[in-house]
Amino acid sequence: MPGNNRIVLGVIGSDVHAVGNKILEMAFEEAGFKVINLGVMVSQEEFINAAIESDAAAILVSSLYGHGEMDCRGLREKCQEAGIGDILLYVGGNLVVGKRTFNEVEELFKKMGFDRVYPPGVLPEVAIQDLKKDLGL
Amino acid sequence: MKALLIDFGSTYTKVSLVNLVPPALIGTSRAPTTTETGLLDGLNKALEAFTPEQLDGIAVKKACSSAAGGLKIVAIGLVPELTVKAAREAALGAGARVMATYAYTLSDEELDEIKELEPDLLLLSGGTDGGDRKNILENAARIAESGLSVPVVVAGNKSAASDVKKILEKRIPHVVVTKNVMPEINVLQVEPARQAIRELYLQEITKAKGLDVIQQEVGLAMPTPLAVMKAGELLNKTSGKEVVIVDVGGATTDVHSFCDGKPRRSGIVLKGLPEPFAKRTVEGDLGMRVSLQTLLEVIEENEDIHALREYANKIKRERSLIAANEREKYFDRIFATACIREALLRHSGQLNEVFTPEGRLWIQQGKDLTEIDILIGTGGALVFADDAGSLLRAGLRLEHPLHLTPRQPQLMLDHKYILYAIGLLAEDYPETAEALIKDTLKSLGRI
Repeated sequence: MPGNNRIVLGVIGSDVHAVGNKILEMAFEEAGFKVINLGVMVSQEEFINAAIESDAAAILVSSLYGHGEMDCRGLREKCQEAGIGDILLYVGGNLVVGKRTFNEVEELFKKMGFDRVYPPGVLPEVAIQDLKKDLGL
Repeated sequence: MKALLIDFGSTYTKVSLVNLVPPALIGTSRAPTTTETGLLDGLNKALEAFTPEQLDGIAVKKACSSAAGGLKIVAIGLVPELTVKAAREAALGAGARVMATYAYTLSDEELDEIKELEPDLLLLSGGTDGGDRKNILENAARIAESGLSVPVVVAGNKSAASDVKKILEKRIPHVVVTKNVMPEINVLQVEPARQAIRELYLQEITKAKGLDVIQQEVGLAMPTPLAVMKAGELLNKTSGKEVVIVDVGGATTDVHSFCDGKPRRSGIVLKGLPEPFAKRTVEGDLGMRVSLQTLLEVIEENEDIHALREYANKIKRERSLIAANEREKYFDRIFATACIREALLRHSGQLNEVFTPEGRLWIQQGKDLTEIDILIGTGGALVFADDAGSLLRAGLRLEHPLHLTPRQPQLMLDHKYILYAIGLLAEDYPETAEALIKDTLKSLGRI
């Protein structure tokens, strides 16, 4: 794939759900992306450091355990401080617990600076198509 | 056939005379290092301890050196936790003294600092392979424009390496490109950079430091810490045991470990850049003579702290001072114990407790040394101590359970003080080196 196809992938915070992370890695590699997979229990700083060293085009954050809002807050601002403020940020999974509609959740995370937000159960292909479009690949 | 092995140290020039086949140590000797009048004076003085018959038939001469400040390196990378750390590991593994490390784009002030540090070599990294190019290109341009003229080893993003070389070569006399110290995120590749540093050391840096006479006369092979490291690598390889070496010197305390250091129990998640199998750390603030003022800071809580300070001030005036009475010997033991304990704490990894919805987990950063088999003590402070075993035991006393320091290793002493000589022989005469290891390592029991 020509152009910058490098993406940083990981499960944020104290979340140890490893299976979905592996599936995403395989799906994005298959689709022609160079995946830098940081695995589970990844801090915001680790995402940013890996994106800087590898000059990645996007950071893909997963969160399955309901603390996504807390874990993701401030990630965009930290990217801006670190000089990669324009990087694409995607997030998906069981992002919050409680009775909020996905529309509310999406709005919340977009306000936090995420470019795309996915509910549970979305197939990797959807995110792959979006990412190709956003990167002009 | 005999071999003469020499270590030009900052205070002493040490020699070991060895019979290669059958392997045997003929004798050792030492004399003060003579930096002013040329290092050969000190060597000749040390050789006076041997008879002409003993010195007859020397077929191999090899030397290592930490004189003239050792091999001084400044390591540069992009992100502190990633390429900067990888570059630092590579430099330490080459036996260097890492004077400073720098991250991101070098500022004018940092370039001035580097000039003042007078390094022998710059190790320039930054970016994974195919990753960030901008940083290493910018830093190369800034180094080229700065007026620095020290050799540079380039070990960064391979996609930028040839451009980096072109930029540097306009102003810098020796530029060597080698493989990336971190080809991918969280993958460490220090061996090619170690090798490149060593070659440059032999070809260029010894000349610049006025050591080329030594190189012609006695075959200068490597910086001293690298020789010690090679001895440890050989012992690890031949015995199959996990080894740690603690080298307590006047200016620094070095720790070498030879093990993978991975978690030993379940429920532990390993984080951060992987650690090199052969890892070396150097603590420039922990030493028995030159670094006493900074060492005192880590032993704040001693009841004799005032007397210790007085003794330290006395040593400050007279660096080569040897403890004159029982009380001063006791102070030296406190110093040595502090060096051992603090250097091991810094070398070892650490556990941190985290609570997750899945229950309690542990995050490990650094190497787990809790189950290493052998811990070897070396360096003047241990070799010439009356009670090296109790010093090591005191240094290993468990005070921080979450620090993964060695727990019950077999304690050994390099009692003939020839680990450097073993390392110098390790590549060309592994069998002799192996026999000498057995000869010098004296068991001090378990902890």
